[in-house]
Amino acid sequence: MSQRDWPLYEVFVRARNGMSHRHVGSVHAADPAMAVEMARDVYTRRSEGVSLWVVPSAAIIASDPRDKDVMFETMGDKIYRHPTFYDIPADVKNI
Amino acid sequence: MYTQGLNIEAGDKSIPLEDRNSALMQRFQSRIDAEEKVEPTDWMPEGYRKTLIRQISQHAHSEIVGMLPEGNWITRAPSLRRKMILLAKVQDEGGHGLYLYSAAETLGISRAELIDQLLTGKAKYSSIFNYPTPTWADVGAIGWLVDGAAIMNQVPLCRCSYGPYARAMIRVCKEESFHQRQGYEIMIALSQGTAEQKRMAQEALNRWWWPSLMMFGPSDAASLHSSQNMAWKIKRVSNDELRQKFVDVTVPQAEFLGLTVPDPDLRWNGETGHYEFGEIDWTEFNQVLAGNGPCNRDRMKKRRKAHDDGAWVREAALAHAEKRRARQAMTAAAAE
Ligand SMILES: [Fe+2]
Ligand SMILES: [Fe+2]
Repeated sequence: MSQRDWPLYEVFVRARNGMSHRHVGSVHAADPAMAVEMARDVYTRRSEGVSLWVVPSAAIIASDPRDKDVMFETMGDKIYRHPTFYDIPADVKNI
Repeated sequence: MYTQGLNIEAGDKSIPLEDRNSALMQRFQSRIDAEEKVEPTDWMPEGYRKTLIRQISQHAHSEIVGMLPEGNWITRAPSLRRKMILLAKVQDEGGHGLYLYSAAETLGISRAELIDQLLTGKAKYSSIFNYPTPTWADVGAIGWLVDGAAIMNQVPLCRCSYGPYARAMIRVCKEESFHQRQGYEIMIALSQGTAEQKRMAQEALNRWWWPSLMMFGPSDAASLHSSQNMAWKIKRVSNDELRQKFVDVTVPQAEFLGLTVPDPDLRWNGETGHYEFGEIDWTEFNQVLAGNGPCNRDRMKKRRKAHDDGAWVREAALAHAEKRRARQAMTAAAAE
């Protein structure tokens, strides 16, 4: 009974004008145009969006979860990248 | 409830018991204890993965099969307003099934396999959808009681430890409240209508009350895997606790309608602040789960037929997409 799945697409929705598209889930579809139609029916039944992106899931290049520490943890001790690191006397304004 | 099949089958070895003391297991458990979410690419115990595939897919199958008892009323809904509402509700249930299938697929199982498991009877779906809907009042009772019970169960699942499942449940919960309210509104209309309409409403309550209580699954004492699933935060509130909560909020709603809950043992206990209720017929529950409910065969027959009838469409759409891709590639090559 089993057969080939339609390809998987990731769905991104822009909730309102001025906001960025956000990942909301995925859909299977035979082609990109159908993926847009499916995404509309599955993820925007209550005016959740004003624009849709669909991206073939296979096209997404992700960081390797095993590299998480090497990739991101090294930033943990670089607190001088944040404005709160610097002591400025309270008398100094507008800075 | 939508995943009540999880609780059955003593001696089922398909979910392995793991060595709780391995370093990986301990680290995993401490992440869970710290309320961290588990994501698809994270390490997880095989038992956790399998339990989730089973639970999420049962939940998805329940949404899909759940479209059938209400779907057969769309063309017969008593007004255009009711028709539009019911159509939207049934479409939502289809959507819920799709969110949940996607969440299950992140655990490394394909959509085709999941659907195969439903159609071959390997996977279960909620017992509740094997009961018939002979009158319009049943559509009201389903929204009020079945979606009401679903909400009770799904709200704590929004805090499930597996990220994709928790996120799918948040979407689902946002949509469920409308389902319950439209059902209760149908019940109000009928119970304030003619004597015959009120009788219809009462009979629908009689039909759906006990099956709705069964939706929460076996009592805690009888459910296997329960403590492990609690520790993993796949399940967050016990079956009996959820069932009690459901009875406590639903009985006053029945009173408002002027209808009688079909349970002679039902009484308010002022000391505990809870309703006491009669014994559930677990033989019936087990029979329905085993495939011998009033509509099991019919539901599966309809699902299989819909799947088979749609096969040529799925194949044609793929063939068309491939042909177009090939044609585009040729035109692109010719233009160079
Ligand atoms: Fe649903
Ligand atoms: Fe629902």
